[in-house]
Amino acid sequence: MTATFDPTRQLAPSGPLVEEDREHHRFRVHRSTMTSPEIHALELERVFGHSWLYVGHESEIREPGDYVRRPVGNRAVFMVRNKAGEVKVFHNSCSHRGAVVCRKDSGNAKVFQCFYHAWSFDTDGKLVGVPDREAYGDGLDFGALGLRPVARVESYRGFVFLSYDPDIMGLVDYLAGAAEYLDLVVDATGDAEIIRGTNEYAIDANWKLLAENSIDGYHAVPTHDTYFKYLVSLGTDLSGGVAGTAKSLGNGHAVLEYAAPWGRPVAKWEPLFGEDSREEIGRLRADLVEKYGEARARRMADTNRNMLIYPNLVINDIMAITVRTFMPTSADRMEVTAWEMAPRDELPQLRQRRLDSFLTFLGPGGFATPDDIEALESCQQGFHSGGLEWNDLSRGMARDPLANDEEQMRAFWRQWNSQVTGVER
Amino acid sequence: MTALEPAPVVTGVRDVTRADVEDFLYAEAELLDAWELDTWIALFTADCRYVVPCNDTPEGDPTRDLVLIDDNALRLRSRVERLNSRKAHREYPHSTTSHQVSNVRLRPVEGEELPVVAEFTVWRFRGERSTTYVGRYAYRLRVVDGHLRIAAKRATLAMGSLRQVADVAIIL
Repeated sequence: MTATFDPTRQLAPSGPLVEEDREHHRFRVHRSTMTSPEIHALELERVFGHSWLYVGHESEIREPGDYVRRPVGNRAVFMVRNKAGEVKVFHNSCSHRGAVVCRKDSGNAKVFQCFYHAWSFDTDGKLVGVPDREAYGDGLDFGALGLRPVARVESYRGFVFLSYDPDIMGLVDYLAGAAEYLDLVVDATGDAEIIRGTNEYAIDANWKLLAENSIDGYHAVPTHDTYFKYLVSLGTDLSGGVAGTAKSLGNGHAVLEYAAPWGRPVAKWEPLFGEDSREEIGRLRADLVEKYGEARARRMADTNRNMLIYPNLVINDIMAITVRTFMPTSADRMEVTAWEMAPRDELPQLRQRRLDSFLTFLGPGGFATPDDIEALESCQQGFHSGGLEWNDLSRGMARDPLANDEEQMRAFWRQWNSQVTGVER
Repeated sequence: MTALEPAPVVTGVRDVTRADVEDFLYAEAELLDAWELDTWIALFTADCRYVVPCNDTPEGDPTRDLVLIDDNALRLRSRVERLNSRKAHREYPHSTTSHQVSNVRLRPVEGEELPVVAEFTVWRFRGERSTTYVGRYAYRLRVVDGHLRIAAKRATLAMGSLRQVADVAIIL
């Protein structure tokens, strides 16, 4: 590759990859952004190498020595709570000759011993054991041979993020308007936990299609007909419909906020929850009002939020709360990992409704997500059909954007365009 | 499609043989592969349960843990109606499947229920794609009016994740 070669120019010779024409209310995205291996390679470096990426939730590692191992931004890392109670994230590779030192997805450990030559590291990453140490000369600095922490790790309200860019802005600045929405979720949930049981699936489609889909109110009715029929069979009255707004939260983050016919375990009762939980939900609601005032409590209890934290974290606070992240493995494929978050001490019948809601709507064995997967793969197949060069995302440009408009996706794409092609937002 | 209805007539849960169970499970598999879901669901009791735990939580308890599928009779009926409709986009048109059941073992009867474990391999073909689900079934069977019926079916996946199969839109 020569210094002057710019694949983005090569692939969209007619002009930019993302084109916004406010006068004619037109916003479009070049389909090469979804199919080009060269753009995928650029994204790995310019997007995933220079963003804050979600690692996990602090409740997953409550005790010193607790750890979870997972890829973040396609790199194998693990997150561990050290003896002082701090959260550490390390590259999962022995400083000696490279083997992985954390070999299970979760557990508790005082030391991580590499099985290859038995070098051992404590939960601060410090090298604490080297067999036959006397074989090394005095000049070697073992203090410099610890595990390598990732460049930046910060946590916001229990959500742990990392960045491989040492010079990235702080997490709170990065989150911009999304921080307030995380506050709403966290304050309403109280002592939150990630429920046991992880959804780990994959979609043969470009990862940005899931970024769009996760905050797309427009697709719900046509795509998810069978899910809404199921809700009706449970006795949910859908006649109220879904009404709300979409907005950009800065730095590519965006949210839909809407009222919907279904209940919320915190704290909007519906008959499906059963009479025996009515009092508890009333109490949860009264607590929110007391702590946060009537207006904010109503927002926490009554409205649903689908939020995208750029580039690849989705927090959907619907009846159930999902924490979902996804990562491309090529231009045509992504891996998705999703967890369910809930208040730790919750009435069993409310927990049950929350679990039911998650697995029927958000899970890959449910009545909705498989159809989203089908839609995304169908788009990817459609792109390869050729002929058409552009996707249209103009919906709602001539009005204050509603939850079923596309402003939230435009916010994502503006940020993406700025990061990948250097075009000012 | 009565031709596919499971034949064995059994007298009591304690008299059920492995051959009876195998015939029953093969017939169930045949119904699933034929997409005769209305006949298939009649194999279940009114208080049935069909559960698929998450890959990383094989012991997952649906009352406490997130699972992939946790159907009671009502939800199982919704699943069948969904898959029978043209609006289950992931399964319209339907995949071609081959449910293969083996290593069938009967456990001691508990009350009026016969626990059965078996290994499964479910092949799914759709478009250009071929995927395979591998795992273990745990059934609880009862005898109702001389026929074996499924009170509970749990399909625990042996694969470490769903990355290779994308979803569980079909019935395992």
